[in-house]
Amino acid sequence: MADVQTLADTNSLAIGILMGFGGMGPAIGIGLIGSKAMEAIGRNPEATSKIQTNMILGLAFAEAVAIYALVVALILKFV
Amino acid sequence: MISTRMSSLHISISAEPVFNILGVPVTNSIVTSWAITTLIIIFVIAQSRNFKLKGKLGKTQLFLEIIIESLYNLIVSITGIAKAKVFFPLVTTFFFFIVPSNWSGLLPGAGTIGFEGVLKGKEVFIPILRAPTADLNTTLALALIAMVAVQAYGFRYLGLDYLKKFFDFSNPIKAFVGILELISDISKVISFAFRLFGNIFAGEVLLAVIAFLTASFLPVAPLPFYGLELFVGLIQGLVFMMLATVFINMATLGHGDDHAETHASHK
Repeated sequence: MADVQTLADTNSLAIGILMGFGGMGPAIGIGLIGSKAMEAIGRNPEATSKIQTNMILGLAFAEAVAIYALVVALILKFV
Repeated sequence: MISTRMSSLHISISAEPVFNILGVPVTNSIVTSWAITTLIIIFVIAQSRNFKLKGKLGKTQLFLEIIIESLYNLIVSITGIAKAKVFFPLVTTFFFFIVPSNWSGLLPGAGTIGFEGVLKGKEVFIPILRAPTADLNTTLALALIAMVAVQAYGFRYLGLDYLKKFFDFSNPIKAFVGILELISDISKVISFAFRLFGNIFAGEVLLAVIAFLTASFLPVAPLPFYGLELFVGLIQGLVFMMLATVFINMATLGHGDDHAETHASHK
């Protein structure tokens, strides 16, 4: 019984660490993408729509890493 | 038989079978995707009869034209006009299937109306409706369609030269790059599938948890998250469509074309 309890605790700890570190990298990446896009729009407001399209595309790639971590966390939690 | 259950938090990562057809289990996400497909087809057939080119246009026609035209302009800005006409039907179909699928999980009753059933020897609650994109099988199927289309368009535009992208043994570096391209195309399938599934399923878990935690003292708490999920559903449909367009476009550009285009843009 004690072993089962320890296992559940370790699982929760793993999910916490996983989401913490898994979110860290993409957060930095998305922040950089957003800040550079704002800078670019500030320099050249006419290109806003083109920059936004490419920004969303870049965001999708950066965000995907966080989503992988999230999917692994969900699998650990609910399966 | 039909029951609703709000007393305990119910989250299942896999779709539950609702009934069987000839021994093949039909899951709740398939039921929802059939319903969405039928509704879209009926809507299009019923509305396209009223479409006209001259005179006063109906509101529905104007609304649809705004959506179609802005999507078309987006694709043209990525691929150019000639290719956009070829890719437009496929990639826009992704958009028009994925966005209603994402939003279907937000309908009242989706995930909450269902019945008690036995699954893998355990008594569980089985909802009748579940967002199709909150099931990894649907998103994997969409990802496979997208990546097969990428290869098909690559062959269509470059012929057998397209294989040089993967198998080029003229020098060791190109051979190694070919292996990398092969791995990257396989990983794109996984990336497509997990991105859509993760976003939509996580949104539903978020809504369920917020509603569960705050139901007794602050029933309006999930509202802002609901708005966020509407936005995420739209953006994910758009992202899937744009990534599919970009990948298809990249596959149709040969090595020669690529350099020619960069030179042209520098002039």
